[in-house]
This record gives sequence, structure tokens and C-alpha cells, in this order.
Amino acid sequence: MKNFALAAAAAVAAVAMAGSASAQTEITWWHAMGGKLGEKVEEIAAGFNASQSDYKINPVFKGSYAETMTAAVAAFRAGQQPNIVQVFEVGTATMMGAEGAIYPVYKMMEDAGEPFDQSAYLPSVISYYVDDNNNLLSLPFNSSTPIVYYNADILEKAGVDTTEMPKTWNDFAAVAKQVVDSGAADCGFTTTWQSWIQLENLAAWHNVPFATANDGYAGTDVELLINGELPVRHVTNMANWAKDGTFKYGGRQSAGNPMFFSGECAITMGSSAGRAGIIANMPDTKVAYGMLPYYDDVAGAPQNSIIGGATLWVLEGGEPEEYKGVAKFFTYLSSAEVQADWHQATGYLPITTAAYELSKEQGYYEKNPGAELPIQQMTLNTPTVNSRGLRLGNFVQIRDVINEELETVWSGQAEPQAAMDKAVERSNELLKQFAASN
Amino acid sequence: MQTKRVTFRHVWLPYLLCLPQLAVTLIFFIWPAGEAIVESFYQTNAFGTSLRFVGLANFQRLFSDPSYYASIRVSVIFALATSALAMTLSLLFAAVADRIVRGTNAYRTFLIWPYAVAPAVAGVLWMFLFNPSIGIAAYALEMVGIDFNATISPNSAMALIIVAAAWKQISYNFLFFLAGLQAIPNSVYEAAAIDGAGPVKRFFTIVLPLLSPTTFFLLVVNMVYAFFDTFAVVHATTQGGPGQATSILVYKVWKDGFVGLDLGGSAAQSVVLMAMVAALTVIQFRYIERRVEY
Repeated sequence: MKNFALAAAAAVAAVAMAGSASAQTEITWWHAMGGKLGEKVEEIAAGFNASQSDYKINPVFKGSYAETMTAAVAAFRAGQQPNIVQVFEVGTATMMGAEGAIYPVYKMMEDAGEPFDQSAYLPSVISYYVDDNNNLLSLPFNSSTPIVYYNADILEKAGVDTTEMPKTWNDFAAVAKQVVDSGAADCGFTTTWQSWIQLENLAAWHNVPFATANDGYAGTDVELLINGELPVRHVTNMANWAKDGTFKYGGRQSAGNPMFFSGECAITMGSSAGRAGIIANMPDTKVAYGMLPYYDDVAGAPQNSIIGGATLWVLEGGEPEEYKGVAKFFTYLSSAEVQADWHQATGYLPITTAAYELSKEQGYYEKNPGAELPIQQMTLNTPTVNSRGLRLGNFVQIRDVINEELETVWSGQAEPQAAMDKAVERSNELLKQFAASN
Repeated sequence: MQTKRVTFRHVWLPYLLCLPQLAVTLIFFIWPAGEAIVESFYQTNAFGTSLRFVGLANFQRLFSDPSYYASIRVSVIFALATSALAMTLSLLFAAVADRIVRGTNAYRTFLIWPYAVAPAVAGVLWMFLFNPSIGIAAYALEMVGIDFNATISPNSAMALIIVAAAWKQISYNFLFFLAGLQAIPNSVYEAAAIDGAGPVKRFFTIVLPLLSPTTFFLLVVNMVYAFFDTFAVVHATTQGGPGQATSILVYKVWKDGFVGLDLGGSAAQSVVLMAMVAALTVIQFRYIERRVEY
């Protein structure tokens, strides 16, 4: 009974506290950051709440990216939407198409009277999320770009010089083949996120269009171009490499990671945000880092890689006072200190130049080899129309279509050209459907 | 057969007693099903800010999509194989469990356990066992020269989800088969034994025919399970891949609706599925329950 009395007292106290806090404007933020990342999100929110007393931000974990987005959609239809929702990059066109549901960030900042300088952000990060007039629609939160991870121990065993990592696909494939031929490992390289890395970034990195209409930025009348010379050449190479173990497919998304962790594959290509996980899973292995390889006969290569990850979208339907709070929070979130801390703790890219500079000053990159590489790769050149990002409707399904068709190549059921033609045909159908429903 | 007749003093009392069940059915089954039917005639963007009546266009699109037919084929193969595997094994286990004398309870308890495992957990379990890099079962298969890789080979992936789904269903079938076996009077066996029928002969001439009502009931239940209840198994193991080799109908509904946010198309698929469930139910009540008799 004593416990019950205590619990009752605690409940009363909690209600009383909630009452006293009601002078604050509450802001809801739905996010998809689980585990360690989720703890970091809570920390950021707590930091903002402690920094001022007018607003209180409540982060709520809603599951995977797809689940979070679906939850927000359902909530919006029921009139119960959060102020802020975190949406992955492939959901960008869907969000943009939802006029009346989203509150563009540049406009919200303006309406709230919050100072906002778009040039403070890294161009290659925000270029993925701007409209035709270069206005920022959603605030980049966690962005990453793919890089190459090498198991230097295996490479040395195979007799590969690890002082400099291969730059071109020819050299890269030679290294991977040497690994297999020397018996140092069963598999040369694997990849995660095959559509993002082997096709989307391939196009950007070689300054080749991925889709018509400026990669979808110019309108919804879009068709894919991944059955062109370069992508088909690359898929054909990968299929050939798969025959002798130079390349081994490990599954969709990041399912291929265990093959790198276990030393089955000497090399993997993955998100720069996966660096901490790789180090944690391979504490006794020397890991080396490299930029994505390129085909040196393509004139535009290397251009710059594109990002993946998620941004924060503001949803319509709240009180003006709430949006003032959201604006204040975005300013806090973009501050160099918060950004540098987030970048260093998670491996995601810094979104502002100031945060990058601060991390440099703090000596972070000297202490953490490989951590600066993704930023250098992403900012290698000023983004062109082919390398600022992709704006495709139904992109989630298109990625699945690409996964499915690539898998028919890896399993030997289809020829590369036929598979890519089929992927284009099926994706175009989805793009047409998106254009019709918006 | 004469059923017992209960009379209520008030007219409204029986309706009141039915109300909770009716309310649950209405709110959780009829209403959403109605929404799905309405939704299947519209095309809308994700947030519902543009809503357009398109008539039967969603269905037209569905039935002109070769990948939908592929999904039907995959579902049928999957459902037949899962039902066959789950029912054969559980009948075998039940027949053996019916005969053993010592440790009956322990044996039965172990057989019933998998039923308590959530489908997603069952899927993850089998996925780890057959993971091409770290799975112990995949390793064992490799030792005997079988390259089992569910991420690349469509056949391996199909085998994986069949095994995982069947494993989950064996306990349920086992319970029904065991009850069915125990309902067969001993005198029938004894008479057969006296006439000189061995155990195998007795099984095929006595047990199987007498179990046929149970078997047909389980067949329908297993088909329904494999068609509509195995989403989590697929989601946790193959996610419909490689290619579309394991993209069964329910998985496609979810993927198009919840990941692709193509709500109209997804609703049209749900309506087709609803029609299929209705058909299966009709077959069960009208056809099988009448035909299969002792």
C-alpha cells in the first residue's frame, strides 16, 4: 500500500508539473531514429528545451522511415499530424506533391520572422531538397553519401598496396580480383543499397542523367534513363565479376554488411554513416576508406556523389505560435555546435559549412581517418543538374523495381540490357501514375 | 440433430447480448472493408489532398500488370507447398504422438510450442539459420554441396519462406489431427488388426478416411493462413525478393499501400483478396462440409 501511495503522489506531482508547463507551446516531432541515434535525438531535443522556456519539443519515435512517413500521412488525413516529420530522401517528391499539406521551410522561417541564411548550408546537401527557384523545402537532418570500405588486413594478405586506394573501376576490379585469386578472401567486394550506390550515385558521379527532365526537378513528366550505355556497362561488369567471386551480392538495403564484417568480402560499398558500425563490428581489423570508383573514359567523372538520408518536413495545420517554435528549433538544430556534435557522434554529414569548419578546428578528422572523405567526395565539384539529387515520384517503389530487376541479373535469369530495359519500363509506369495522381 | 432452444423473456435481450460482437465486427471488419472498396475506385496522392474518381481504372491497371499475375502464381505455389508440408508433418507427428506411452505430455508440449512464436520472430529465426554468410543451416548445406542462398536464388528464397511458414503452422494442425485421431474408437483398429491389417495398412484404410473431415477443415485453414497470414514471415526474411520470387499477394498489398503510398491500387488489391477469402469460405461451408462425411 505504501508503494501505491507513493505512485499516486508521483502521479499527482506529474500532473501538477504538466499543468505548470502548459504555458509553453508544445511541438511534436516524429522521427525514425531508433537505438543510439534515437538517444541522440532525445539529447538534441532536451538541449533545445533547456536553452529556452517558451517552447517544448517532443520527439516521438515512429519506427522505420517508411512507417514514419505512412504514420504522418495517416495522421494528416485524420487531422492529428505532428508539426515536424522526418522523411527519407526518396519520399521527397511525394512530400513536394502534397501541396496544402506541407509548409516549405524557407516560407515558414520567413513567416515566423526567424533569420535564415540558406547559403550557410552545404550546397550538395540542400540541392536535393530545394524547389525550382532554389528555395529550401525541408531541413536536412541526417545525410550521408556512399563510400568504399576496405579490409586493409585482407588486402595486405593478398599483396595489394594499401597506401593508396584505387580510383577507377578498372583498378578497383583488379584489386578485388587479386583478393579472390590470392585466396585472401572468398569474395572481392559486395555492396549495400545497390540502387542508391551502383545506379543513382553512378550517374551523379559520372555527371550523367539518371532520369529525364533534369532528374525529375523540372516536372513530373519523367522517364528513367538507366538503360543507357553507362549503367548497362556497369551492371554487365558487375554480373561478370559475380561469376568469379570478384563481386558477391549480399541482399537489399544493408543486408550485405555481415559479409564484410566476417571477412568473407574484402571490400564493401556503403553509407558513410555506417562507419561507426563497421568499426564497432571489426575492432581488430584495419579498415581503410576510399571514394567511389569511376570509369575514367567518361568525360564528366568524377563529379560529386549524391546524398541519402532524411530531412525534416513541416506539416500544415498547426498554430502560428507552434511554427515560431519550429523555426527556433531549426535555428538551434542548424547551429555549428549542435551540428558538429551530431555529425561526429553519428557519422552523418554536417549540413552547414560552419559545422564542418568547427569539426576541423576540433581536430576530429585527424583523430578519425576516413571521416572527412565523404564530405570531400560529396563536395568534390559544384553540383550539376545531373548530380544535385533525384526528384522522382513513387521512388520507393522504383527502388524496389530496380532491386528486383538487378536481382534477376545477379541470379543469371536475365541479361543486363534486358533487365535494365524492364526496370525502366516498369518505373516509367510508376512515374506516369504519380504524375496522374498529383 | 435437435438443438436446444433458449427463450428470452425480453425481446431486446438477445440483441443486446450480440451487440458487443456485432460492434467489433462492424468497427474492425465491415467499416475498413467498406473503406477499402470505396478507396479502390479513387486515385489519390499520399496526403489525400487530391482525390479523383477513376472508376475501375485501379482494377484495370492491376489486371494488366504482369507482376500481379506473377504474384498470384507465387502465392499459389507458396500456399500449396506450405499447406502440404505443414499438414503432412503434423499428421506424422500426431500419429506418432498418439501411439507413444511415456512422456506424452512433454512431447505434445514441445510440438505445440512453435504456435506461441510470433510469425515475425519465426521468420527471423529461420533467416538466421539460413543466412548465407552466418547461418548454421546454410553452412551445413554447403558442407554437403548445396549452395543455399536466399538473397540470390529464387528457389532458395521460396524454400525458406515455405519452411518458416509451415513450421509455424505445424502445431495448430498437430492439435487438430491428434484430437481427430483420439476420436477414432479403438475397436475399429482392433477389428482391423484381427483381420490381419498391419499398421501401415490400418493407417491408410482406417485413419485417413476417418480423418478426412479434419483434413479438409485444416486444408482450408492452412490455405487461408498461407495466403493471408504470412506477411510477417515474408517481411522478416526475404522482403519479397530476390526479384519478385517471394512477393505473395498480401505482401504486395502492404508494399504498394504502405511503402509505395499507392492507396487506390493497394485498395483494389485488397478487394480482390477479400473476394478470394469469401470464395474460400463459401467452398468450405457449402462444399466441403457437405461432401465429407463418415
